[in-house]
Amino acid sequence: MSDQPPTMLTQPQAATAARAGGGEKVLELAGVTVELGGRRILDDVAFSLRAGELTGLIGSNGAGKTTLLRVILGLLAPTAGSVTVNGPDARHSVGYVPQKFMLDPDLPVRARDLVALGIDGHRLGVPRPSRERRERVNRMLDAVGAGRFADARIGRLSGGEQQRVLIAHALINQPRLLLLDEPLANLDLRSAREVVDLLARIAREQRIAVMISAHEMNALLPVMDRVVYLADGRAACGRAEDVVRADVLSRLYGHRVEVIHVAGRVLVVAGEGDDAEPSHPHHLDPEEH
Amino acid sequence: MTRSPHTRTTWIPRSTETAVHALLRALVEPGFFADGAVQTAAVLGGVVAVVAGLIGVFTVIRSQAFAGHALSDIGSAGGSSAYLIGLAPLWGFVGISVLAAAAMERIGVQRARGRDVATGIVLGVGFALASLFLYLGMTYHNGSGEIPTILFGSVFTLSSSDLPLVIGLGAVALLVALTLYRPLLLASVSPELAAARGVRVRLVGAAYLLALAITVALCDLTIGAILSTALLVGPAAAALRLTSRPHRAALLAAGISLACTWLGLLLAWDSFYWPPLRHGWPVSFFIVTLVLIVYLAAGALARGRHLRG
Repeated sequence: MSDQPPTMLTQPQAATAARAGGGEKVLELAGVTVELGGRRILDDVAFSLRAGELTGLIGSNGAGKTTLLRVILGLLAPTAGSVTVNGPDARHSVGYVPQKFMLDPDLPVRARDLVALGIDGHRLGVPRPSRERRERVNRMLDAVGAGRFADARIGRLSGGEQQRVLIAHALINQPRLLLLDEPLANLDLRSAREVVDLLARIAREQRIAVMISAHEMNALLPVMDRVVYLADGRAACGRAEDVVRADVLSRLYGHRVEVIHVAGRVLVVAGEGDDAEPSHPHHLDPEEH
Repeated sequence: MTRSPHTRTTWIPRSTETAVHALLRALVEPGFFADGAVQTAAVLGGVVAVVAGLIGVFTVIRSQAFAGHALSDIGSAGGSSAYLIGLAPLWGFVGISVLAAAAMERIGVQRARGRDVATGIVLGVGFALASLFLYLGMTYHNGSGEIPTILFGSVFTLSSSDLPLVIGLGAVALLVALTLYRPLLLASVSPELAAARGVRVRLVGAAYLLALAITVALCDLTIGAILSTALLVGPAAAALRLTSRPHRAALLAAGISLACTWLGLLLAWDSFYWPPLRHGWPVSFFIVTLVLIVYLAAGALARGRHLRG
């Protein structure tokens, strides 16, 4: 990503300004706290997501990203606080792409089958094929650039191709909110870039709220309207340039943190006192201290 | 597997004999289609084969072949206990299979980590019971002929009075699989994806396990407790090598299963005239061998297709 300009943090601002204001609130979290087995996984998390905006859910491994997504999906009830999805049918207003999972290469499910399961995979009975249904699946596959491998078994696709198919699966019922758990993990830089661009385009064109979790924010910086930064279960939210700052993140982490801009990338590293090796944001993992 | 000589009737009249007939006569020993035991076996075996093929596709997709195999082996405990108290073996097969499936579900067969442990524990207990019941059966009934029947099946000795129960149980298993088709498929791709859409993944898995237990019990009846997984998993695995569509795989598996069963019956009938003369070879041997051949052929075909494509 060395080809990106060093002033990258101003781009999301430009993107936000370019639109006629944020859309209506699609999701609202207030005071969400989750305790599991005596451990506090999420601590008083509050933010909202708006239609047409792309939000990065940033945090190191174990910061509570997946737990937060599970709470939004309704798979986990928060110990305290509220989650409000604004839509006629809350559950089906949310599309979800889970964390990378192993797919058996021999699984007899083609890309188009998985996308069709996105329409009515939760319903009982066998699907009734129709031309309307087939065309709807084809349109969705084309929209995410997956038309080329529509007839391939999903287990035999590359990581980037699988992401596109899973995104199509999540989008075909026109949700108002799309959640993706670490969609860029295990992707090469080029595929990651393509998936990010695709998601940004979806958010803008279809006017839905997109939330992408990642332990590494640099791939998202060019397109991210907002960031929800998680550390130790606590969250800081806002525009990236307002959140990814030494003072804000130091308060969040509870100890001194530096934000370094270098070669178009942003690095969040532990502050003075520790070894000053600005190598990786994982440096801040609470477990490592 | 002996049969009375009166079933040896000439099948095709000499006057109309042609080359085709001669060939058929060489393949099909006289009397095959006219024999009552064969007809019953063909119908019962056919129903079971179709159910096994359709249900087996999901067994393979869900990587539950070991669970299926354990349920069928445990069937030997059911068959032997039914024999001990004088019930029809099918009741024993179904009863024990469903109980074992419930135990596996309780122990945690649906968790990736608990799967093999749950299956292994239940399998061990099942075999212990089987050894007890088979021993008691031999002691009290003074007969050892039932043991191979329970372990290796004996489709030619089935009575047509079994038919309603077999069809009924098969229908239940198919109904469960058809009803759950979409959520089951989605959960097989990713339980998390299914859960996020509101599918009750555990309930769906438990219901499928029930259908599997019933199917396995039916296979126990026709090809025996030891071999029944071959009919469940073999045709499905072969079909999955040939097609990438779930419903086609299910139909193809049912077809393969049916063809192997019927051809196996025919060969077993023919083997009456093979050495040792007038003692047919076990049907289950032929069915399972045919399934293996189809599986290997499907692999070769898929590889050939792959190399060309």
